[in-house]
Amino acid sequence: MSTTETTTDTVALKLDDLHVAYDVRGIPRPVLRGVSFEIHPGEAYGLVGESGCGKSTTAYAAVRYLPENGHVTDGSITIAGQDMLKLSAPDLRALRSSRISMVYQDPSQSLNPTIKVGAQVVEAFTVLGFSKAEAKVKAKEALHRVRIADAQQVLDRYPYQLSGGMQQRVVIAMALACDPQLLILDEPTTGLDATVEAEVLDLVSTLRQETGAAVLLIAHNLGVVRRICDRVGVMYAGKIVEEGPAAEVFDNPQHPYTVGLLRCLPRRGANKVERRLDTIPGSLPLIGTVLPACVFQDRCVLATEECRTVAPPATQSEAGRTVYCHHADKVSTLVAAPLQAPVTGDGVGEIVLHLENVSKTFKQGHHEVRALVDVDLDLRAGETLGLVGESGSGKTTLAKAILGIHATDAGSVIELDSQTLAGLTTARTRDARRAIQIIFQNPDSALNRSKTVRAILERALQKLAGIRGQEAGMRLASLTDEVRLSPRHLDMRPRALSGGLKQRVAIAGAFAGGPRIVVCDEPTSALDVSVQAAILNLLADMQREEQASYIVISHDLGVVRYLSDRIAVLYLGRLMELGPAAEVFAGPHHPYTEALLSAVPSVDGDPPDRIRLTGELPSAINLPSGCVFHTRCPRAIKGTCEALEPPLVEVSNGHMMRCHIPIDELRTLQHID
Amino acid sequence: MGVIEDEIPATPPVPGMQVDVISDKRAARREKARLFIKSPSALIGLGIILFWFVCAVLGAHITPHDPFATDGLSHDPPFTNGYYFGTDQLGRDVLARIMVGARDVLIAAPLAAIIGVASGSMLGLLMGYYRGILDDVLGRLIEAFLVLPLTLVGLLALSAAPADWSIIPGIESSTQTVILVVGLLFTPIVARTVRAAVLAERENDYVQAAKLRGENGLYIMTREILPNVMSPIVVEFTVRIGYAIFAIATLSFLGVGIQEPTPDWGLMIAQEYRLVIGGYWWVTVFPAMAIASLVIAVNLVADRLQEVMEL
Amino acid sequence: MLIFLIRRIGLAIVTLFLLTIIVFALSNVLPGNVGRQIMGPFAPQKSVDELNQRLGTDQPLYTQYIKRMEGYAHLDLGKSYKSREPVTHVIGSTFLNSTKLAFLALLITVPLGILGGVIAALRRGSLIDRSIVVFSLAGSSLPEFVTASFLVVIFGLQLAWFPVIASTGDVISPAEQLYRLVLPILALVLVYFGYIARMARAGVITAMEAEYTRTAFLKGLPRGVVIRRHVLRNALLPTIAVVATQTGYLFGGLLAVELIFNYNGLGRELVRAALNKDLPVLSAGVLLIGVVYMVATLLGDILISILNPRVRLGDQ
Repeated sequence: MSTTETTTDTVALKLDDLHVAYDVRGIPRPVLRGVSFEIHPGEAYGLVGESGCGKSTTAYAAVRYLPENGHVTDGSITIAGQDMLKLSAPDLRALRSSRISMVYQDPSQSLNPTIKVGAQVVEAFTVLGFSKAEAKVKAKEALHRVRIADAQQVLDRYPYQLSGGMQQRVVIAMALACDPQLLILDEPTTGLDATVEAEVLDLVSTLRQETGAAVLLIAHNLGVVRRICDRVGVMYAGKIVEEGPAAEVFDNPQHPYTVGLLRCLPRRGANKVERRLDTIPGSLPLIGTVLPACVFQDRCVLATEECRTVAPPATQSEAGRTVYCHHADKVSTLVAAPLQAPVTGDGVGEIVLHLENVSKTFKQGHHEVRALVDVDLDLRAGETLGLVGESGSGKTTLAKAILGIHATDAGSVIELDSQTLAGLTTARTRDARRAIQIIFQNPDSALNRSKTVRAILERALQKLAGIRGQEAGMRLASLTDEVRLSPRHLDMRPRALSGGLKQRVAIAGAFAGGPRIVVCDEPTSALDVSVQAAILNLLADMQREEQASYIVISHDLGVVRYLSDRIAVLYLGRLMELGPAAEVFAGPHHPYTEALLSAVPSVDGDPPDRIRLTGELPSAINLPSGCVFHTRCPRAIKGTCEALEPPLVEVSNGHMMRCHIPIDELRTLQHID
Repeated sequence: MGVIEDEIPATPPVPGMQVDVISDKRAARREKARLFIKSPSALIGLGIILFWFVCAVLGAHITPHDPFATDGLSHDPPFTNGYYFGTDQLGRDVLARIMVGARDVLIAAPLAAIIGVASGSMLGLLMGYYRGILDDVLGRLIEAFLVLPLTLVGLLALSAAPADWSIIPGIESSTQTVILVVGLLFTPIVARTVRAAVLAERENDYVQAAKLRGENGLYIMTREILPNVMSPIVVEFTVRIGYAIFAIATLSFLGVGIQEPTPDWGLMIAQEYRLVIGGYWWVTVFPAMAIASLVIAVNLVADRLQEVMEL
Repeated sequence: MLIFLIRRIGLAIVTLFLLTIIVFALSNVLPGNVGRQIMGPFAPQKSVDELNQRLGTDQPLYTQYIKRMEGYAHLDLGKSYKSREPVTHVIGSTFLNSTKLAFLALLITVPLGILGGVIAALRRGSLIDRSIVVFSLAGSSLPEFVTASFLVVIFGLQLAWFPVIASTGDVISPAEQLYRLVLPILALVLVYFGYIARMARAGVITAMEAEYTRTAFLKGLPRGVVIRRHVLRNALLPTIAVVATQTGYLFGGLLAVELIFNYNGLGRELVRAALNKDLPVLSAGVLLIGVVYMVATLLGDILISILNPRVRLGDQ
């Protein structure tokens, strides 16, 4: 702790025209192209942008922890008055141990798997000069501080014995050990369930007030940034394009990219029936490519010759906002996507899929885990059913049972067009197989990388549609056209295609045989926001053209809301609520649905009275008595809920709920008129 | 600037660091070939292998003396009577025998590797794809097999094998036995490697998609999975050639491998290593150098190939 | 931990059982005629038949297998075809000699290999790293008898520093014995250093790139502490596994080394048995080495389980 105390009014972090390049095969590729911003003490600053825009690089450059091939080529970094690029190794170490802390994605990786949690937390204090004994006391306090009640028990465990949320708390506890003046959070909640994410974010907000640390938050999820941050910087291709107070930037964006990004998102209850989503034309530039003076010029509708040659200057406006655009005054003229032409005629048709008493039990050692319990569902032609729930709720198991990947328990009935289906896909007829297809989350994994797009699709046509030769050739042409792939893509292999194009190939493959039902398992989670919008539009179009029914699984409730006609909410394998999408989202909803909805941070800001879930998801081996949700339910009725499992009853037309609380009481509790 | 010298930073925290998207398989292969020949060590390895290959093909046509002719039990030291590497205790030209000796190794080692890789890949595919009981039983058996050092199993199998049989005409029956035994011994090792690769590969959704399309197991194994596990198989093949040379030479040295009169490096050393201390070092040293050069050359190539394939 | 141990030992027993079948099957690969093989092609058929009857090799294979297993269960390894001595006599003392040699070689190789690997990894890309990598590659890819031949020529003949005959009589002092063992040990060290160093290097590099190492650095811990506390423990887990398997394989390497240095160990004995078609001695010796391998890997797994809580506590 050799550094001297600096005056409080110096900035916590200041980047000035920072340029960073990575050497790839000997050639430097620019990643940051002049990033400047300041974070003041006690302020929370969010960096947002799509993958490859340089937000993580900015953070690692700030603490001087770039990978071996990364170099700061220009600009400066100042933390607490010290020029980071000029610090000696011991000074840097001292600064890291006493003033800066960092928390990053995937807490299971950031903790050493072979050392007990206690020793790792203690270490964060001994490095500050505390004795072993003092550090042990401090470690316990640190865990209390991050709201871990049973600190001693956690300290005595190994990281893998803790849940993801608990691990992230431990990492945060270590980060706060030194009372840092700057806390850097790199995607701290990505990969965590929405409910856990909400808890971690609440914790960060509280701790920020307690410690007064400046926070740099990096996130691709705009809602997360809005919930935590005072100010936000929007990055694109290694530059900040717009900066300002979070609420104002998100509510009233002034840069064409920010406008596009926000319009791409399915928000405010947007649904495919009403409106297509906006997309940003073009695609993200590859890292290291040469870009015009305004990095967004290639994809900007407003771009003029000036944008190609003259770098847009920082335009300051009211309330500390800065925009880097020549045409910021014209953003209001950017037109949104048109409203959808009203769906003609029938809409939703006959019942295609009928599930009755569908259960699935897994054997885990000597225990039985009931992943699905007596699920009853109907799916109609052309309808989309959204499946919602935390991980472990059974949504994927349900999809796999329908697809025939898992055999269901005896007594389960799955009917396709009133014909009972065999449990496993191998035992099903070809017609049954072609009728139910899937679009996977990750096209990199779903497409065989050793085959060309043509080979992949021709095989799908042959096996699912039963056609080959010239007929297959014609169908292939129309299929590629339908998913907006161009013929030149056909002879490429998947790795030569961008993420969005790959997902289009996967969609074409699923539709090759004219399916009745398509399971969309997190169809856009691997994609960037601007690409996601295009894929969601495509899915909506395909459904309209092919009259297919969808089963959509997504952790992103905006996506589910956009695609779905009806929603099924699952908790520990049980159907908790089932109803029309608009009703389920608008409420009155099941307390679990309510909790899920209010956990998700919204880019439009959060309602003032969020309800919060406490406690962890119970182990499926040792289920709670009565209503399985009562252990976490903020509205549980003492004496009733822990004793009796409520039945699934119809609360209004086509809206089912499994809850002891009467619907009218829920309406009052949830302030719904 | 940038990284301070006292630490190796973590993997790049940068998503999407793919700079050169290679648009085509052929282009990808060209790129790999380019990277391969950019390594001097791999080039040296290739050169050495090529040299021995020429010796093996041309054989007695280019040797200065007849490798089988005995020169009156001369046991000449190097550079006497026109024998650059001297003669052995029967008066045969050591240089000629080393050059011709390349032939058997260069036939036997790749053949053994092919046998091992082909059968091992097949087993590995089956085990990795079907898993379950088949995998458990075969897995335990492989485990038990791998308990024994290669040369030891070879010794046991070869000492029990009859000497007079032949499948491939033109190769000594002792050599054929060695090829077969070494190839079979490689099978479980290759199977384990391929199984691991298949296990990882089958987690991909395209395997699931193929099943949902109604493809059978054979199609999925051979047409979907196999092309994607070819790189580890190719690497394994080159590594196995190195080990085959190792094993064949050792077995010949121990006296159970390739037999007289076939000129063989291991056998040459076996016949005269006891005479080294009496001053007759050349009949041991030159074949030993030949083995060393070939084994190291193959390993240099295999090592570089592995690096390039993993890119 | 106890459950882990019991499971692990149970598996070892299954493997041992399979091993006896494999060894028995291998020694009968292509059903040859044992009597004929021992007596040669010119012996009269009658004496060959008699010999087969005496050795029990005229009986069906499974009877022979069961008989041999019964013997093994009573620690009776059978009798040598050649000398008619009990196999236990033949391989007992030579096994001790081999163990001595192997133990000394390991004692030097393991610390040296780990040290070399760690240094190479921490100085990645430097001259010392490259030298260690090339040296490891060359050392571990050369057959033991080739390395040993070079040692004989260089240290035995040219420099004449060490004896090239290592066999131990009854009367020599321990110091003299050690002196004679220098070259055989060196041969083994040269070969097995590479395996261990390469694994240790790879392990350290992986651990240095892990995110928990980044956490440790960003906590502000000094580099030495990060390496000692966070890197090495995780890095050495795979190395321990390699050391364990190589310990077993070391006994395979002994065959050639003992032959070259004419050391009266198990390896030389087994080569002799192989050349004499003395299958009872050979299979018992092979099995014994298999047991050594299994004990070594068992110890290795126990060590790993102590260092890695996930293995020890069982993955729930």
